[in-house]
Amino acid sequence: MPNDEQPHLNVNGKRLTIEESWFGESLLFTLRERLGLYGSKNACEQGECGSCSIMLDETLVCACLVLTGSATGRDIKTIESLAPEGSLSTIQQAFIDTGAIQCGFCTPGLLITIKDFLDENTDPTELEIREAISGNLCRCTGYGRIVEAVRIASKTHDESQGAS
Amino acid sequence: MIMEVLIASSTEEICELLEQDSSRQLLAGGTDFMVEVNYRHRSPSSVITIDQVPELQNWHHDGDSVVVGSCVTYREIERGPLATLVPALAQAARTVGSPQIRNAGTIGGNIGTASPAGDMIPVLSALGAVISLRSSEGKREVSLEDLIVGVKQTSLRRGEFIESVRVPVLDSPQEFLKVGSRSAMVISVTSLAFITYPKTRSVGIGLGAVNPIPTRAKEAEVFIADFLDWETMQVDPSGIDHFKDLVSAASSPIDDHRSVAAYRRKSIGILAQRALTRVFTEGVL
Repeated sequence: MPNDEQPHLNVNGKRLTIEESWFGESLLFTLRERLGLYGSKNACEQGECGSCSIMLDETLVCACLVLTGSATGRDIKTIESLAPEGSLSTIQQAFIDTGAIQCGFCTPGLLITIKDFLDENTDPTELEIREAISGNLCRCTGYGRIVEAVRIASKTHDESQGAS
Repeated sequence: MIMEVLIASSTEEICELLEQDSSRQLLAGGTDFMVEVNYRHRSPSSVITIDQVPELQNWHHDGDSVVVGSCVTYREIERGPLATLVPALAQAARTVGSPQIRNAGTIGGNIGTASPAGDMIPVLSALGAVISLRSSEGKREVSLEDLIVGVKQTSLRRGEFIESVRVPVLDSPQEFLKVGSRSAMVISVTSLAFITYPKTRSVGIGLGAVNPIPTRAKEAEVFIADFLDWETMQVDPSGIDHFKDLVSAASSPIDDHRSVAAYRRKSIGILAQRALTRVFTEGVL
């Protein structure tokens, strides 16, 4: 079969070959269990927790609610693309500085969500921050330090003109 | 089992694919469908994804109406021009799920899923929305009430799909209110849409999550008309209690894991009162 007919996903700028038999799976399952991209977390599988948040054609969505077969040829960005290997984005650094990470399970989904949010809103109010992360559940922190991290990141985000 | 996934790029293509095999499952935003796939409740052998069809992703003006493609997302409805043109629809869209869900979920999906708790439903009902259906046989238009015939049941024919939704643009107050356990990520316990029609000096009241099918509180709509002053936008408070009772009486709620019938019946009346007094100030006429 010629290469261009082989089904594939465009993930973090790489073209990854997939099997047709994976089409009926969620994109989250394919990313984690087929392609070894474990950054997107699997918890609720119903779009409630936001742990599997990714960017699909530059739109924030839950990977568990995307059918793999419908994502072929589209632009997928996962948490693995947030910062180059060995470095941290300003949002990641702010999470560390404020202690916004406890168990860490919700962190990848939150980081993707917040990057998308700060790309549009560089000077958010607390209400706007809380609305932006309303689809990302964290059971450890109580959100206070996460909100603080976003506020700090919004300032540095401004200076660095992009979080990643 | 291998699932066939067909990515449609035009409405003609959807018609053709459904004509070949009308058992094919249509997939829009996936926010309901994928939950069933993930929980192994559904495993169709063939799926047509329709959310990348440009005609379905767009909306346009048509006279005094807007025609909203079935794959327009909540995100698109809650912001931008549509939010000004159909404010109650935007208010309802803002209460859906989370940013992630609103980016994916579509108005056509909300209608086609036909859940009594669908957040678009009471608004579309109160606006008298007209739904455009399409198949290889042609087009037809139906009211929301004719389309949603039971809990998660529609009158869609074989090979037919929802193409667009037509709603009037009214330059007058509209409200959408919803009761839930938190202000995000929540499925309605009850919801209500309140639309004013100054030209006919009437109001439209759509009830959400309290009836199996889209329902207007018709008696309440007629009753309250006599207590409204459209010049001063005031309501005679002596009519409010009975108005509330009539709205509650138009509901036939159930007990379920989200709430109980008695609370739903009471709260739908309170939502109606709140919407009424947000639009009309209380004053003796």
